[in-house]
Amino acid sequence: MSELIKDVKMFFPALLEGAWLTIELTVISLILALIVGLFIGLGRISRNRIIYRICSIYVSIIRGTPLLVQLVYVYFVFPDLGIELTPFQAGIIGLSINESAYLAEIFRAGIKSVPKGQTEAAQSLGMNYSLAMRRIILPQAIRNALPPIGNSAIILLKNSSLAAVITVGELMHQGEIIAAATFKNMEIFTMVAIMYWILHYPISLLVDYLEKRGDHQHASAERH
Amino acid sequence: MLQLKDIRKTFGQNEVLKGVNFAVYKGEVVVILGPSGSGKSTLLRTMNFLEVPSSGDMFLEGESMLYREQNGNKIKRDPKEWNQFRMEIGMVFQGFHLFPHMTVLENIIEGPVHVRKQAKEEAITYGESLLKKVGLSDKRDAHPFSLSGGQQQRVAIARSLAMRPKIVLFDEPTSALDPELVGEVLSVMKELKEEGLTMVVVTHEMGFAQDAADRIVFMDDGNIIHEAPPEQFFGKNQPDRVQKFLQRYEGGNRL
Ligand SMILES: Nc1ncnc2c1ncn2[C@@H]1O[C@H](COP(=O)(O)OP(=O)(O)OP(=O)(O)O)[C@@H](O)[C@H]1O
Ligand SMILES: [Mg+2]
Repeated sequence: MSELIKDVKMFFPALLEGAWLTIELTVISLILALIVGLFIGLGRISRNRIIYRICSIYVSIIRGTPLLVQLVYVYFVFPDLGIELTPFQAGIIGLSINESAYLAEIFRAGIKSVPKGQTEAAQSLGMNYSLAMRRIILPQAIRNALPPIGNSAIILLKNSSLAAVITVGELMHQGEIIAAATFKNMEIFTMVAIMYWILHYPISLLVDYLEKRGDHQHASAERH
Repeated sequence: MLQLKDIRKTFGQNEVLKGVNFAVYKGEVVVILGPSGSGKSTLLRTMNFLEVPSSGDMFLEGESMLYREQNGNKIKRDPKEWNQFRMEIGMVFQGFHLFPHMTVLENIIEGPVHVRKQAKEEAITYGESLLKKVGLSDKRDAHPFSLSGGQQQRVAIARSLAMRPKIVLFDEPTSALDPELVGEVLSVMKELKEEGLTMVVVTHEMGFAQDAADRIVFMDDGNIIHEAPPEQFFGKNQPDRVQKFLQRYEGGNRL
């Protein structure tokens, strides 16, 4: 038992360092993916056929290929195109692109879930498309989209472990390095798993809260 | 004030408006009656570009809403130009469609501040006076979902008035309400008539049509087939279609 505590104490700092990198990867990728995803999502409801096609193809390619392939592609192929990237940068780009396609679909669904009457009420006040979108539709759409965005962020957090393959020193990669050096696979990967679970937990609580809030509002809106 | 000339509207193969001619004059209250599916909503929504006519033209104070002149040619207006007319033509919907993420007052000042670019203080002052008019001053900071249907509809009316429109269109404003809440909305509308607001109202409330309408327009199968002031419309010697329609409402029974 004391042996175990000693191991845990020894491995913890390196794993914690990895966990910080995991958080950075997740947070930065999520922010970038939210921005890109919003525009792609708007493109997917655009009446402009060209914009719609481009955005649809983007979503199709990203969702139709494995994240692992995308990460490796960014890290090993981009340099051939003259874009040198550190593993961390490549990880951010790969994860952001991947996540943006999923968020785009979440935004699109969120916008579609806003009743048509809202658009008509905005139009009848004389609002143009972008004003109605900004002031009336998106605030409601984003509110509806928050729980699925949270769920997607949990998947992003776990998927960031794949960045280990391109040698980003995040939690999984740190675990692999220490395990290779010490052969204490069980101790280390159990710790890694527990740390991922701990990292996901606050987001999971947030999603629960957002879902409850959503249900509550629907209930009171439908009372009449 | 607002004039429609030979307006047609088709959805696919289905011709819903079959060359409607219609006019509302300043300060007039026109009630549109007619059986379900006769095209009342479509006609009303056309006046606000929520449906775009397939042919015909509409005029607001003499200005064509669908075409503009350029070098003596008639050119179809860009949809962006529709908004200048929409600002002048308010719309009140059967389902209220208040903005749920805003308070009552925010709903009301949204259009004036962001579309008309009015100063916020000014919009608030006017918004508060409208709230007083519809009897909801105490709900200023409430959210729409905490209000009853009748209160929501009164806020929706205040929201459309806040734009200081020349005309307000009402599409069955009381049809979604519990019977005991219908009266409060209709009495606000009657008050607006007293103040001289120009209104076009689609409704199934025969009492309101009788009391408040200056003129009743009867639609059937995509056309206006009869027009009369209320005394005459509800009186004797009216067209068969009208009498048949009115019989269904006798004794206060709604369709
Ligand atoms: N967006 C649409 N697409 C296709 N058909 C439509 C559309 N809107 C209305 N219609 C059709 O047009 C006809 C007239 O509809 P409209 O809603 O104008 O009737 P209404 O007189 O308002 O009826 P109600 O009293 O039931 O409200 C109906 O046959 C309806 O099915
Ligand atoms: Mg209708």
